[in-house]
Amino acid sequence: MIKHTISVLVNDQPGVLQRVSGLFGRRGYNIESITVGPSEEMGLSRMVIVTLGDHKTVEQVSKQLYKLIDVIKVVDLSAGAMVARELALIKVNAEPVKRPEILGVIETFRASVVDISPTAMIVQVVGNSDKIDAMVQLLEPYGIRELTRTGVSAMTRG
Amino acid sequence: MSIEEREVLSKEEVRAKLLQPDVISGSEILLRCLLLEEVECIFGYPGGAVLNIYDAMYGFANINHILTRHEQGAIHAADGYARASGKVGVCIATSGPGATNLVTGIATAFMDSVPLVVITGNVATNFIGTDAFQEADITGITMPITKHNYLVRNVEDLPRVIKEAFYIASTGRKGPVLIDIPKDVSANKIPFHHVDKVDIRGYNPTVMPNKLQVNKLIQAIEQAESPVILAGGGVVYADAQEELLEFVEKTQIPITTTLLGLSGFSSAHPLWMGMPGMHGTYTANMALQNCDLLIGIGARFDDRVTMKLSAFAPKAKIAHIDVDPAEIGKNVKTAIPCVGDVKTVLAVANQTAKKAKSEAWIKHIDQLKAEKPLRYIKSDSELKPQYVIEMLSDTTNGEAFVTTDVGQHQMWVAQYYKFKNPRSMITSGGLGTMGFGFPSAIGAQMAHKGRLVISVNGDGGMQMCAQELAICAIHNIPVKIVVINNQVLGMVRQWQEIIYDNRYSHIDLSGSPDFVKLAEAYGVKGLRATTNEEAQQAWQEALATDGPVLIDFQVRKDENVFPMVTAGSAIDEMIMGDSE
Ligand SMILES: Cc1cc2nc3c(=O)[nH]c(=O)nc-3n(C[C@H](O)[C@H](O)[C@H](O)COP(=O)(O)OP(=O)(O)OC[C@H]3O[C@@H](n4cnc5c(N)ncnc54)[C@H](O)[C@@H]3O)c2cc1C
Ligand SMILES: Cc1ncc(C[n+]2csc(CCOP(=O)(O)OP(=O)(O)O)c2C)c(N)n1
Repeated sequence: MIKHTISVLVNDQPGVLQRVSGLFGRRGYNIESITVGPSEEMGLSRMVIVTLGDHKTVEQVSKQLYKLIDVIKVVDLSAGAMVARELALIKVNAEPVKRPEILGVIETFRASVVDISPTAMIVQVVGNSDKIDAMVQLLEPYGIRELTRTGVSAMTRG
Repeated sequence: MSIEEREVLSKEEVRAKLLQPDVISGSEILLRCLLLEEVECIFGYPGGAVLNIYDAMYGFANINHILTRHEQGAIHAADGYARASGKVGVCIATSGPGATNLVTGIATAFMDSVPLVVITGNVATNFIGTDAFQEADITGITMPITKHNYLVRNVEDLPRVIKEAFYIASTGRKGPVLIDIPKDVSANKIPFHHVDKVDIRGYNPTVMPNKLQVNKLIQAIEQAESPVILAGGGVVYADAQEELLEFVEKTQIPITTTLLGLSGFSSAHPLWMGMPGMHGTYTANMALQNCDLLIGIGARFDDRVTMKLSAFAPKAKIAHIDVDPAEIGKNVKTAIPCVGDVKTVLAVANQTAKKAKSEAWIKHIDQLKAEKPLRYIKSDSELKPQYVIEMLSDTTNGEAFVTTDVGQHQMWVAQYYKFKNPRSMITSGGLGTMGFGFPSAIGAQMAHKGRLVISVNGDGGMQMCAQELAICAIHNIPVKIVVINNQVLGMVRQWQEIIYDNRYSHIDLSGSPDFVKLAEAYGVKGLRATTNEEAQQAWQEALATDGPVLIDFQVRKDENVFPMVTAGSAIDEMIMGDSE
C-alpha cells in the first residue's frame, strides 16, 4: 500500500463533494485527507485527495471518478514530481518561562507564532506532512491543547 | 393542446406548437420537453409535490400516463419498457414516500445499465432542509444508484437538465438519471426556450475503439486454438446482435451468453453453448476453464459468472470489449483492452477478422454438448417447472418477449427458453430484484403492442407486485402471466437443502392467495394447471385469449436448478444433480 495524492478537477456544484467522498466510501477506498477550493478556472473547483492503495486500486479510483459527470480531470500527482504542502495550527501550552524554548523549536521549522495568550500560543507551520508530523511531535511534551491540519494541497512540478 | 388538435395536426406541426416560446410553468415545460424527447408513455403515481405536474397533464392529450398501483410497479414498468424497446423509460413519483418507493427500481436499473429518466417532486425550495412534510433527500439517497442526478432549483434550468438527463441516460454505459423538481419550480412560469444541444464537459463516452487494440485482438484470434466468447448485456444494450453474429461466424469462436446477454445471440446457433456461471451449462463452464483466449464482449465478469475468481479461466489470455473503462481490469487481468461501443468495435473488427484455428476445439465442444446437455428428470405424474418453460419455448418458437422475476424459475427460463430475438429476455440480473418480473412485462408490452409478452414469476415474487394486475385489466394489456407455483421460496429452499443441510427456515409460502381468484378479482382471466396435459391446455387457452391471462402452474416443490456451482467453488466444480 502506497500513499497516492490525486488531484480532481470538478464542477463547482452543490453536492459534488458528497459525490466524490461517497464514491470513496462506497467502494472501500480510504481517504487520508481531502481539500477543496476554487481552481484557476471560474466554475471549477480542485480537490486534492490523499489515499492509500496499491497501483490497481488507484487506477480503479481514477476510472470510477471519471464516471462522475461532475468530474472533469483526474491526475495522480504522486506518479511524478510534485509539490505537496499542508498547513497546521497548533495551540500549545506556553507559560512565559517555557516560551524561549518553544520559540527555539519553532524557529528551526520556519514555523511562526500567530497568537499568544497568557498560558498558550498558536503555532502555524507549513510544509509536507512529514514536517508537520515532526513539528507536532516536538511540541507534544509542552502539552498540545488543540490541533488542526488542512490536509494536503499539491500540484506537479514544472 | 386538446385531443381534437392532436388528431388533426401533423407530427411537425405538433413539434412546432411544442416549441413555441409561450410563458408556461415548470410543469408544462417538463411535459413539453418529454414530448420533444419523443416519450411515448410515462408510468407514475401522483401526490402533493407533483400536483402541479399532474395538473398540467390534465387535458394534455399527448401524454400517455399510466397510473400504476405502486411506485415500484411504475419504475419496473418503465424499466421493462426501456429494456424491450432500447428507448429511455420514464416514470414519475411524488416526494418523500413516493420517491423512496422508487429506490429499489432505480438500483435495479442501475445495476443492469438500463436507461431511465426518473422524475420526482420535492417540497418547495424554501422548505428544503427543514424536515418539511414528505421531504426526503432523494438526490442524496440515490447518488450511489444513479448514473447522475439533478435537484433543479431554478425553473430556467429545467429544459437543459431534461435534455442532459436523456442524453446521459441513453449514451455510453446507459443508466438511470433522476430529476428532482421542487414544487415551486414546477409552478414558476417563464417563456419556454427549448434546449436541443448538450455540452457536458465532464462526459464524453468513448465509442470508437483504439485501432491498435483491435488489431491485437484480431492477431490473438488467428493464433488461438481454443477461443471462447463471453457475450453479455452490453451486446443487447448496443443493439449489436448482427455484428456479433458476423464476428462469431467469421472467427468460428464458440460463444456463451450471460444471463443478461441471452437474446443477444440466437440460442439456435450451433456455436452457442448456453449460459455460463453458477447455473450455467456444463459445456460453457468447461469451455471457459479450458480456453486459451477469452473475449469478453459487453460482459462485466460478474461473480455469478466467474465464481471463484482466482480459479477462473486459468489458461486464458483475456480480451475485453467494454464501453466503460472502469470495467476493464476490474475483476480479471486483461491483456487486450478495447474500450468502445460493442456495435462499433465489432463493426471495425469484422472488417479484418479471420478464422481462429478452432476446428478441433469446436468438435470437442460439440462432444461436451452431446455428453452433458441440460437435463431434468421428466415426469408424467407431476408437473415439472422445467417442463412448463420448455413448453413456453416450443409453443412460441423462442420468439416471445419473456420477463422473469428472481429465483429458480428465472434460471429455468435462462436454461430452457431458447431465445431467438434481441431484447426478448428481460430480467433483473445484477440486483436480482423480486417483484420485477410482472410490472416489467407491462412495460415490455407497452413497447411492443402487437407482440407476445410472457411474464414468468415465482409464487413468492408474484406477490411483491401483484397489485399491477389492475393495470393489465384496465388497459387490456395482454401479458401472459405465468406463475411457477411451487409453494415455497424455491431458490432459498434450494440453498437451504444443499448448503444448509436441509434446515428449511421460513421458506413456506402457504397462505398465499389462490392466484386464479386473485387475477379474477382484478378482472384478469385466471387458469390453473396441475398436470402436463392441463399445462398444455391452459397455455393454449391463454395464447388464444386476446387480453391478459394469469396461469397458475402448480409444480413440484422440491425441484432444484442444476447444474449448480456453490459459492467459493470454481465454475468447473459443478453439482450436476444427476442423482435427483
Ligand atoms: C438468482 C440469480 C442467479 C444468477 N445466476 C447467473 C448465472 O448462473 N450466470 C450468469 O451469467 N448470470 C447469472 N446471474 C446474473 C448475474 O448476477 C449478472 O447480473 C450477470 O451475469 C451480468 O451480466 P453481464 O455482465 O453480461 O451484464 P451487465 O451487468 O449488464 O454488464 C454489461 C457490461 O457491458 C458494458 N456495456 C454496456 N453497454 C455497452 C456498450 N454499448 N458497448 C460496450 N459495452 C457496454 C457495461 O459497461 C458492462 O460492463 C444471476 C442472477 C440472479 C438474480
Ligand atoms: C426483494 C428481494 N427479496 C429477497 C430476495 C432473495 N431471494 C432470491 S430468490 C428468492 C426466492 C424466490 O421465490 P419465488 O418467487 O417463489 O421463486 P422460485 O425461486 O420459487 O422460483 C428470494 C427470497 C430477492 N432476490 N429480492
